[in-house]
Amino acid sequence: MDKIKSIEDLRKLREQAKAFLRTRQGEVKVKIYISMGTVGIAAGSRDVLLAILDELQKRNFTDVQIIERGSMGLDVEEPVVGVDRDGVVVYYGHVAPEMARQIVASHVINGQIISDWVIAKE
Amino acid sequence: MKFYRTHVLVAEDSKSLSKGAKEIEELLLREIRNLGLEKEILITPTGSLGYEDIGVAIAVYPEGIIYAPVTPKDVPLIVKEHFLKGRILSNISHEIGKKDVSLGISKAEKVLSVQKKVLLRRVGSINPESIEEYIAEDGYLALEKAFENGSEWVLNEVKNSELRGRGGAGFPTGKKWEFTAMAKSDVKFVICNADEGEPGTFKDRVLMEGDPHSIIEGMILAGFATGATYGYIYIRGEYELSIKRLSKAIEQAYDYGFLGKDILGSGFDFDIEIKKGAGAYVCGEETALLESIEGKRGEPRKKPPYPPTSGLFKRPTVINNVETLANIPPILVNGSNWFKQIGVPGSYGTKLFSLMGDVNYKGVIEIPFGVKLREIIEEVGFGVKGGKNLKVVILGGVSGSLISKEEIDTEVDFNSLAKIEAGPGSGSIVVLSEDRCIVDVVKNIAYFFRHESCGKCTPCRVGTDVIYRIVDNVSKGNGQREDLVKLEKLSNAMKLTSFCGLGQTTPNILLQSLTKFKEEWLAHIDERKCPSNICQFEPIKEEVINE
Repeated sequence: MDKIKSIEDLRKLREQAKAFLRTRQGEVKVKIYISMGTVGIAAGSRDVLLAILDELQKRNFTDVQIIERGSMGLDVEEPVVGVDRDGVVVYYGHVAPEMARQIVASHVINGQIISDWVIAKE
Repeated sequence: MKFYRTHVLVAEDSKSLSKGAKEIEELLLREIRNLGLEKEILITPTGSLGYEDIGVAIAVYPEGIIYAPVTPKDVPLIVKEHFLKGRILSNISHEIGKKDVSLGISKAEKVLSVQKKVLLRRVGSINPESIEEYIAEDGYLALEKAFENGSEWVLNEVKNSELRGRGGAGFPTGKKWEFTAMAKSDVKFVICNADEGEPGTFKDRVLMEGDPHSIIEGMILAGFATGATYGYIYIRGEYELSIKRLSKAIEQAYDYGFLGKDILGSGFDFDIEIKKGAGAYVCGEETALLESIEGKRGEPRKKPPYPPTSGLFKRPTVINNVETLANIPPILVNGSNWFKQIGVPGSYGTKLFSLMGDVNYKGVIEIPFGVKLREIIEEVGFGVKGGKNLKVVILGGVSGSLISKEEIDTEVDFNSLAKIEAGPGSGSIVVLSEDRCIVDVVKNIAYFFRHESCGKCTPCRVGTDVIYRIVDNVSKGNGQREDLVKLEKLSNAMKLTSFCGLGQTTPNILLQSLTKFKEEWLAHIDERKCPSNICQFEPIKEEVINE
């Protein structure tokens, strides 16, 4: 680590460090819900979760929390992924890992809902 | 920086470590590796979560759940059900900071109710060995503001905040700093008094173990305000974990440029060194502490001159308690007016207490000034252990004062306590139930002082010994009524003539017990009876006349 030589450098470092701790603070731009009930896991939600994590890491987007949830009662639609952004929760059904990557790219990061895959809104 | 979906914080203060926190951390790491979760889940140590009395605690974010107590056999279940599948194990979980949660109110959740976390805010939410996590949680923000606004501003803010020293005497910190700032000298010092030797006090330890950088930042700010360029942390040798975490924090602060030459390009230099104490109670007294740092025998100096004008190596020296220094960064970040909104006039801010003795919840708590002692015992401590009646509270350690059952509705702040001749002192609340014998308590305290008197002045050296012998005699059933008069006389003499605070405060609790629990003393003497059945009486010796 290089020495911090000015107040501006310290501010920059604080911003970076804040991004790392966002998971602990509960104030984030986007929340991603993944249903992890028995049916969800059987349908492959674990792979979806890994794909989402990988994509977020690749795109260096940290203003997000990933929350695992129980089944929401839509077993036929599993794996279900919910994205809570701009005050609206949008649920996607039958999410495959590749679809999850696209959801991250367009909805989570850029706010563009992929309406073809949406099954419910809150 | 790497992104983790879940952060798991394991409380690793010294008490949790003794209960096996390290093993739990290793077990968690092994379990998540078995399931291949190590890239998604961060496991990191943190300071006290406030549950160390129950057992090892872990906090899980983003859900904000605390599991306590966690035993090794819980770990695989937590990892498999919660971390992998997102199912919270309700039987051992508590939601952070909430009083009423759907999981059912357990004792652990209610602990927070009258508390307010200012100093303990980061304890248990960051990794104390990571400077970056400290910076993220507004760390070194006060330093940033201080360099922008200048040293005058720092001094004025601290003065305006009316912060009073948390070491026991309650001297206004701003005034102390001002004396040193005005003193002219080639070199000035800042000393952090971390020699927390008062029996029953461990609040500074929790702070140093959980948030060491806040103390370092406080010291840099004290140096900046007063013009001091060198700092010492005088710490108890027994506080191994605190020493380790503080050393690590100092090392990181040097690496990042918060210590050393030309800090953040401001032109201000500051260095910190840790000095380990050898465990003498008297070295918590500021002038004895100075002698000890200078490498001499730990004996108090004659006052005046006071340390702010002539302290370490006869140079102006600011000596502040750990908790006082930890108060400085939040005051500067939020402003002195914010600080004055907490607490009551005359005693602003929050105070850390080590709550212990016969209560159901023991640990370090943070209370805004002005809360009643009864509330602390009932709301935070969940009442006296085993449903017994309260007998007395020892407030402020062994040199503090006795608060009887009748006085328990007193608010805990400097002014209200002064009315009943007490003070928050070092911040320990020892609750004693009706099972305790006052003579036995006083005897224990007298034994402690006899051991710890440094021997410099006669009243204290001889007085502590004589007090112990008389009290011991009474507890064995060999006391006379005249002994009580003797104790009173001796106590008053010690108060008036002792050289330093140690001898002057030794008789405090003894004297108060003589007035508040006179019947109990008399029962020991007249009836040879201990009302609580604790004192062991010697059989009456029959006089054998040798012919």
